[in-house]
Amino acid sequence: MDTRVNIAGVEFKNPVMTASGTFGSGMEYVDFVDLNRLGAVVTKGVANVPWPGNPTPRVTETPSGMLNAIGLQNPGVDVFMERDLEFLSHYDVPVIVNVCGKTVEQYLEVVEKLNDTDVSMYEINVSCPNVKEGAIAFGQKADALFDITKRIKEVSKKPVIMKLSPNVTDITEMAKAAEAAGADAISLINTITGMKIDIYRRNFVLANKTGGLSGPAIRPVAVRMVYQCANAVKIPIIGMGGIQTAEDALEFIMAGATAVSVGAVNFANPYATVEVIEGIEKYLEKTKTESVKELIGCVR
Amino acid sequence: MSYRKKETTFVVSQKSISDGIYDLRVKTDAAKECLPGQFVGVFPPSDSKMLMRPISICEADGDVLRMVYRTAGEGTKLLSGLKEGDSVDLLSILGNGFPIAEAKEKKIAIFGGGIGIPPMLYTSKEAGKLAAETEIYLGFRNSDIFLADEFAPYGTVNVVTEDGSVGYRGNVLDAIKERGYRPDVIYACGPMPMLRAIKKFAEEISAKAYISLEERMACGVGACLGCVCKTTKTDEHSHVNNARVCTEGPVFDAADVDI
Repeated sequence: MDTRVNIAGVEFKNPVMTASGTFGSGMEYVDFVDLNRLGAVVTKGVANVPWPGNPTPRVTETPSGMLNAIGLQNPGVDVFMERDLEFLSHYDVPVIVNVCGKTVEQYLEVVEKLNDTDVSMYEINVSCPNVKEGAIAFGQKADALFDITKRIKEVSKKPVIMKLSPNVTDITEMAKAAEAAGADAISLINTITGMKIDIYRRNFVLANKTGGLSGPAIRPVAVRMVYQCANAVKIPIIGMGGIQTAEDALEFIMAGATAVSVGAVNFANPYATVEVIEGIEKYLEKTKTESVKELIGCVR
Repeated sequence: MSYRKKETTFVVSQKSISDGIYDLRVKTDAAKECLPGQFVGVFPPSDSKMLMRPISICEADGDVLRMVYRTAGEGTKLLSGLKEGDSVDLLSILGNGFPIAEAKEKKIAIFGGGIGIPPMLYTSKEAGKLAAETEIYLGFRNSDIFLADEFAPYGTVNVVTEDGSVGYRGNVLDAIKERGYRPDVIYACGPMPMLRAIKKFAEEISAKAYISLEERMACGVGACLGCVCKTTKTDEHSHVNNARVCTEGPVFDAADVDI
């Protein structure tokens, strides 16, 4: 019973990763899970300098989900390398660093600094809807996405994953642009832009007015988009969006994902990542499936 | 060893103690290790609600944790329907707690405003043991008083009502000024205008003030960066002028936060 998957030459002991922004760099979750058990830790977005993020309120619950408008607060790549990568180096888990920036140059600066570290891959954030510059601005136009992907691939010494936004007319167009520009993989979906209004205060709940929707509410959209992209490109897909259980994860894998990221559920259940891994193992055993690889894209 | 886990436990008792205010007791070993000013995450009994509701610890007695909270929204409304023996999920123990040791041999003032009062019960009990003198100021809007009588063993209790129906008239700052009490250390929890006024008062009398803040939360453990407050200096963890209310807080030195 083999849970291993391979993406762009990097081997993962199982297909379960953490979703960027929901797990920090893992420090806060060591009380709950053994990081060594995870397929990979995908870190919070890292910029070239510290970013303060958005004013609060930054989060609010919505039916079967939540909105966030954190705004990519992060301590910057220098602190990240010194503190977070050092922390993760004590674990036997591949680290995928999510990279953000306002300009292409800023993304390149982070990639160049991390190139000589033990980081396994980069996940390029061209899809966060909560900042005014950068992120989603690069991910909503196919030519902008192509351009930033190409420029990052030119300098990167590690495989590059482009994280796609669902807030587009046709996500397969973006997937194809990323593939054409040389992306080694794509990950989707980032959050769907949403809004909540407080009818008693007669105001937006979030200071940013809009936020990104996560959680089970978005899962059917995410599964559909993974399926569409799997039929549009050949590069591997990391699927995410409302995964709470192994059953949910397997939906994404059967739709065409090679790996999955588990995110907002960590707030509801800090043990979720490991429970998803254990559930996939049980499923393989029960159905006498030899390798999880057999399930990738098996639903046509 | 720090106590940090999500657990399914059960309700020991729940009752309403004032209009929209509930006294919930749950069984958990977290009660044996928690400190005044810390909080727990309580999950509403609903499949469509993902997030824990952060509720401060009012009292800890053996393995029974007591919380007193207000039904502020749908989640807490659902919680208020839980009965003795019902299952409930907790994420505990969260937050940093009040620096009780600072009360040692000092004149202290404890401020609680409205639904900020419950955590000050545990705080008064522990700080009162160490302090040279303890004055407690509990602010309410009107005669819908709750918990006030339970503070009596821990210090001089001054009830303050905005409409003057019980005790002092006005707010808790009016009362302490009327009494001319000048504390060395202040512990406070309540609405933001109250905390701002306390910060100013503490500066005027050169006292240390520790205030408990709140902010909408998601993870509760410091990972998601949802619940930040502005800090006056660069925070050691974030490297920006933000600190996590769930982790660096909810208790802050009033001088360190920009409120």
